Amino acid sequence: MKMATFRKQESATAARNRLLPEGRVAGPMPWVIAIMMFLTVLAAAGGLALNQGMRSLRTELSGRATVQIVEADAETRAQVVKKMVARLRATPGIHAARPVDPDRLADQLRPWLGAEMDTADLPIPALIDVEFAGEGPRPVETLAKLAKSIAPQARVEPHAAFLGPLSGLVATLAGVAALLVLLMAIATGAVVVLAARGAHESHRGTIDILHLMGATDVQIARLFQRRIALDALLGGGLGFVMAVLVILLVGQRLGATGSDLLRAAYLPGWGWGVLAALPVAGIALATLTARMTVLRALGRAL
Amino acid sequence: MAGKTACGDAVRGAVWRRIGALNSMGTIVQFENVGLRYGMSAETLADVSFSLDGGGFYFLTGASGAGKTSLLKLLYLAQRPSRGVIRLFGEDVVTLPRKRLPGFRRRIGVVFQDFRLVPHLSAYDNIALPLRVAGMEESEVDAPVSEMLAWVGLADRANARPATLSGGEQQRVAIARAVIGRPEILIADEPTGNVDADMAHRLLTLFEALNKLGTTLVVATHDLPLIGRVPGAQMMRLDKGRLADPTGSLRYPPKRPEAS
Repeated sequence: MKMATFRKQESATAARNRLLPEGRVAGPMPWVIAIMMFLTVLAAAGGLALNQGMRSLRTELSGRATVQIVEADAETRAQVVKKMVARLRATPGIHAARPVDPDRLADQLRPWLGAEMDTADLPIPALIDVEFAGEGPRPVETLAKLAKSIAPQARVEPHAAFLGPLSGLVATLAGVAALLVLLMAIATGAVVVLAARGAHESHRGTIDILHLMGATDVQIARLFQRRIALDALLGGGLGFVMAVLVILLVGQRLGATGSDLLRAAYLPGWGWGVLAALPVAGIALATLTARMTVLRALGRAL
Repeated sequence: MAGKTACGDAVRGAVWRRIGALNSMGTIVQFENVGLRYGMSAETLADVSFSLDGGGFYFLTGASGAGKTSLLKLLYLAQRPSRGVIRLFGEDVVTLPRKRLPGFRRRIGVVFQDFRLVPHLSAYDNIALPLRVAGMEESEVDAPVSEMLAWVGLADRANARPATLSGGEQQRVAIARAVIGRPEILIADEPTGNVDADMAHRLLTLFEALNKLGTTLVVATHDLPLIGRVPGAQMMRLDKGRLADPTGSLRYPPKRPEAS
């Protein structure tokens, strides 16, 4: 008896919700939304990862500088390096100063100069990696003055200087990604408007009947927005899952390259939160757009 | 069960109180110099003036194209007039804001000439439509719908879609749908146009029963013998968009058609 009552109620509720004919999934809407969401999530993930990579690089490099000592005589060069490192380590605002191993420098030159290259014959400049202490403005000028007071031929190169062009590129790419997300949102809205208008036109007969029975515009709009919300839920969910799979695959491949630069472009925890919010925002956008479109169309009738 | 009976009694009590109020209400429809024009064409209705009392039985007649359906459209608020004043239940509905129209429409039941059943809904769901639109709880929908299905003799066709119902069955579903919300006015456009003489007689009996319960009936027809079968009914005749009686008074009782 209880089961029969339950079935009857379930059927009645379903009937209330099915005042418009069913047509979900079979129609193109969920698939279009799935593709939109897939591309939106990928674009957003790209933008967020690039932004994160840029932040990591900035944190990593902006606090560093290299002091280059050009001295033809190896012995004098070694003495200058030793003196320079000692002075730098004693200077406030400098966290660390480390001379770069000459053998490592030679190894880096070997591919260009050949395996038989003799470091004794080459006046390879000595390099000292300097790490500034704390955050905020870097005392690069002070460092340059100090270095020149010890060795007039010394040159100081802040690592942040290398970041300028790279930072510009990454900012442009992140901007393009944000623009893509915005365009996708607009396109999704436009698709929903077209779908809602089409649905409104094709169900005009049923809508007229509902109107004449005293249905309010909001009641009728609710039928459309519910259907489009379901389409958006299905499409958005599918697009999101597919995009996450692609992101995980790309992340795995980036990690396998071994490049520090590429590995710096990862998605932080909050970035995953932003991505997860996209389908929710997509459903809300689709529902709201459908509601407004249908209400506007209904408002033109009596 | 006892609760259900008590609830039913309360509903019936409310209905009877409403009917009593209606009968004592007097005029519930008033048209004053109403004109209707579609686009830039000539007026479909011109200078139509009349009033209808609550609880009356009215026939609207006239040749095809005389404007019967247009007048009914104004009456069930599917159209606004081009000019004139229409008062329903004491309120001017011509200037009524759109958002207030649903409340008025819920007080009017309509049987369309072409039935206008929702094709993808069963007979049960079509009849339940006005109750669901009115926001009635689902638990309260089943009893009146089942009662109405039995009343129109379609209890065994509850799950049938309109396409599988005969013309007469569709019409009975349309009538059940029109009356289930206990409308104060029931409007029927050519209700006997698609049915045989026997069904037409049964429909008329049904309308009379509703009228006795207090519902005001407005039936558009050009079936003059049908009009003659309802004692006490009043008649308006439209001729080329104008009421045949320019004073707007209603003929009572209607003249019996001349025997040919």
